[in-house]
Amino acid sequence: MKKNKLVWLLSLILILSVFLAACGDKEEVTETPATPTDKEETPVVEDVEEEQVLNLMMGAEIPTMDSSLVTDSVGFDLLNNVAEGLYRLDENNVPIPAMAEAEPTVSKDGLVYTFTIRDANWSNGTAVTAGDFEFAWKRAMNPETASEYGPYMMSGVIKNATEISAGEVDYTELGVKAIDEKTLEVTLEKPVPYFLSLMAFGTYLPLNEAFVTEQGADYATNSETLLSNGPFVLEAWDGTGLSWKLVKNDQYWDAETVQLTEINYDVVKETATGLNLYKTDKKDRAGLSGEFAAQYANDADLEKELESVLFYFKFNQERNGEATPLANVNIREAISKAYNKQDLVDVVLNNGSVPANYLVPKEFTFDANGVDFREINGDLGGFNVEEAQAAWTKGLAELGVEEVTLEILGGDSDVAKKMDEYFKAQLQGNLPGLTITLKQVPFSVRLDLDTNQDYDIQSAGWGPDYQDPNTFMNLFVTDGGNNMMSYSNPEYDKLIAAAAADLATDPEARWTALADAEKILLAEDFAIAPNYQRGTMLLVKPYVKGVVSHSFGGDFSYKWAYIEGKDAQ
Amino acid sequence: MTKYIIRRVFYMFITLFLIATATFFLMKTLPGSPISSASKLSPDQLAIVEAKYGLDEPLPVQYGKYMLNLAQGDLGNSFYFKGASVTDLIISRLGPSLILGAQAMILGVSIGIILGMIAALRQNSIWDYGSTFLAILGISIPSFVFASFLQYWFAVQWEILPVALWDDGWKSSVLPSIALAMGPLAISARFIRTEMIEVLSSDYITLAKSKGANGFEVAFKHAFRNAIIPLVTVMGPLTAGLLTGSLVIEQIFAIPGIGEQFVKSIMVNDFSIIMGTTLFFSVFLIFMILLVDILYGIIDPRIRLSGGDS
Repeated sequence: MKKNKLVWLLSLILILSVFLAACGDKEEVTETPATPTDKEETPVVEDVEEEQVLNLMMGAEIPTMDSSLVTDSVGFDLLNNVAEGLYRLDENNVPIPAMAEAEPTVSKDGLVYTFTIRDANWSNGTAVTAGDFEFAWKRAMNPETASEYGPYMMSGVIKNATEISAGEVDYTELGVKAIDEKTLEVTLEKPVPYFLSLMAFGTYLPLNEAFVTEQGADYATNSETLLSNGPFVLEAWDGTGLSWKLVKNDQYWDAETVQLTEINYDVVKETATGLNLYKTDKKDRAGLSGEFAAQYANDADLEKELESVLFYFKFNQERNGEATPLANVNIREAISKAYNKQDLVDVVLNNGSVPANYLVPKEFTFDANGVDFREINGDLGGFNVEEAQAAWTKGLAELGVEEVTLEILGGDSDVAKKMDEYFKAQLQGNLPGLTITLKQVPFSVRLDLDTNQDYDIQSAGWGPDYQDPNTFMNLFVTDGGNNMMSYSNPEYDKLIAAAAADLATDPEARWTALADAEKILLAEDFAIAPNYQRGTMLLVKPYVKGVVSHSFGGDFSYKWAYIEGKDAQ
Repeated sequence: MTKYIIRRVFYMFITLFLIATATFFLMKTLPGSPISSASKLSPDQLAIVEAKYGLDEPLPVQYGKYMLNLAQGDLGNSFYFKGASVTDLIISRLGPSLILGAQAMILGVSIGIILGMIAALRQNSIWDYGSTFLAILGISIPSFVFASFLQYWFAVQWEILPVALWDDGWKSSVLPSIALAMGPLAISARFIRTEMIEVLSSDYITLAKSKGANGFEVAFKHAFRNAIIPLVTVMGPLTAGLLTGSLVIEQIFAIPGIGEQFVKSIMVNDFSIIMGTTLFFSVFLIFMILLVDILYGIIDPRIRLSGGDS
């Protein structure tokens, strides 16, 4: 009996030890900075009455803070707040000189820009120099760095970038040169009308050569190995964790303007959780997705924002080497006019998106007088059942068929699935003889199918890489990397080419050319059918003021943000 | 015993080798690329990036290199988190998952055993139906529904505990642990009830009773030890599953755990994290199974670990 008891006790201890071993591990692990204890009181700045602390959430982790390597929205957003390029987007999304002391001098042919760097410091106290820009840009083109956005953003813009990516020229030949400590000379491949707005983009940020070289492979992999020259510095980021914070950078040249002392971030991937954190006052801003949008439609804290992201149908004209029914322009016209986009955004999406009868988004690009590019063309086409059916009948007759089956390729998120069902119902209802099949796949699979041109109709989207209509308009040139639907119109190609070359120094004629190209694409060829311009809905606490949202690059700027009236609540 | 364990560990390495190989090749068939902006780059530009990460080499070469590094304990660097080592990532994410898993396991199994015992001892009574009902509830309510329910009442309405995040000490772990505990609770309650009822009707229990042992002694000393064996069997994999994190619970409570990271790595084709986490999970699972086998021999001396040799 005694022996039995002993064995029984032993087995109990063993079971427990499994748990206890696990518990023992936990304590060691939680001591690491991965889970910061942000319970410390934040120091209140004397000349500001209220505690200037903002509490925010992000939908994803920071993959990297290395401006040469960043490719995602979280990284670009944070870089926009911890770093500063030659230019910065201001409250009205207009690029203004930042690290550049003033407007650059530009050579007559529009090819050589000379910038003077302002007196500014890195967060370790060393001066920002022209050499920091030269180093950073060349690093982004260095094959050793394996930057994705470097070659993508610089090819066709900075001299020799195209040749460097093709492996024909060494990366040190890039057209950027520090004449002296404070003078930076940039040579372009051709005149680029939107060049200054590019200077606000993450890839063109400066890097402190001494620091980056010293850190080597560890550079920007956590907040200790990062230097800032922007309004804030990043702290308490371990490189892969779900929380970090931005703290005001006292070394920033315009530190007077910056009022927030601290911005605390946590990654929260569930919308519902984010809303609960918002409701319990743990967080000051929360995003709303479709199913929650209706619930908060009348909330006093609701803010709607229009993003510069456009969603559209791509009509594939050639699949597996054979012409599809979509090679017929009447069929394309019929489909593009046969569904109600207003209902789509109101009922299916319900997230602040607006119907789009255009490709270049609203409130995205403005001319020298501040007039929106959208003013030129306005709406092109739109929902019209009669015209759709007339074109449909004509198209079927030309094809010599009575029935057509087409596949819609779309994403696999809940919203995407609902949207596809809506398209199917609308199209089949309005176009007799049309059968729609749906194919719903993850994003990476859709890209693969796109590359192989293995679809009929694809529900696709595009966000801008720079602030110019061209970032949308050049997508569909013949054999372009994003065409992938065998669309080709020499006239369209000619206009796009002209906008990129001859007309580059004549802004007005250039915009007219781009607008004409948009007309050809959407109203004559019906090459694609725009669906909607994406909007976002946010709940923002009323005491959060001065946050600026941007249409490209980083999503938000907190340089001008402040807290007012929180204590009164 | 030692010989047995050595042999099992040897088999463990073979299993791991097979898992690593299968995962490697399956993973490479995933559509897409770990290079996030691959579609924006020209073929020349893409080639440069691929060369940097060794993705341009033939698959067998990539496999050979990976296995060589693995043999030296090097899991490589993440593609998504630029420059971050996979080993560091797993270690930093493991803590919260282990805490939640262990708490959920202890909570779930102990309450489950008590419920199961009560149900078996008071068969067909209101206690039995009550605990069976609870167990069925625990199995059939998806954990995310239960988690949202807990979050809404305890954190939003009553404000007793934090809504989410991992910044409030032990308080942060309460709700997720309870949500996670429902599974093991239900499973252990059901197993214990069924086994106890069977064991209680066996001859040796009748003998014990006829010898004058009281009810409590019979239930806990004689019956429970036999009844727990099937539970120990399922507890191995269950523990491994719980301790290595749960995507759903970690996502709902915004916890920096490993389960959430595993799923994300597949979505973004982060090859090295997929491999790293899969191997880690496998090691854990295999180890738990081994531990359970050893436990058998202790709980029930009739089970001989050297079986198969004779």
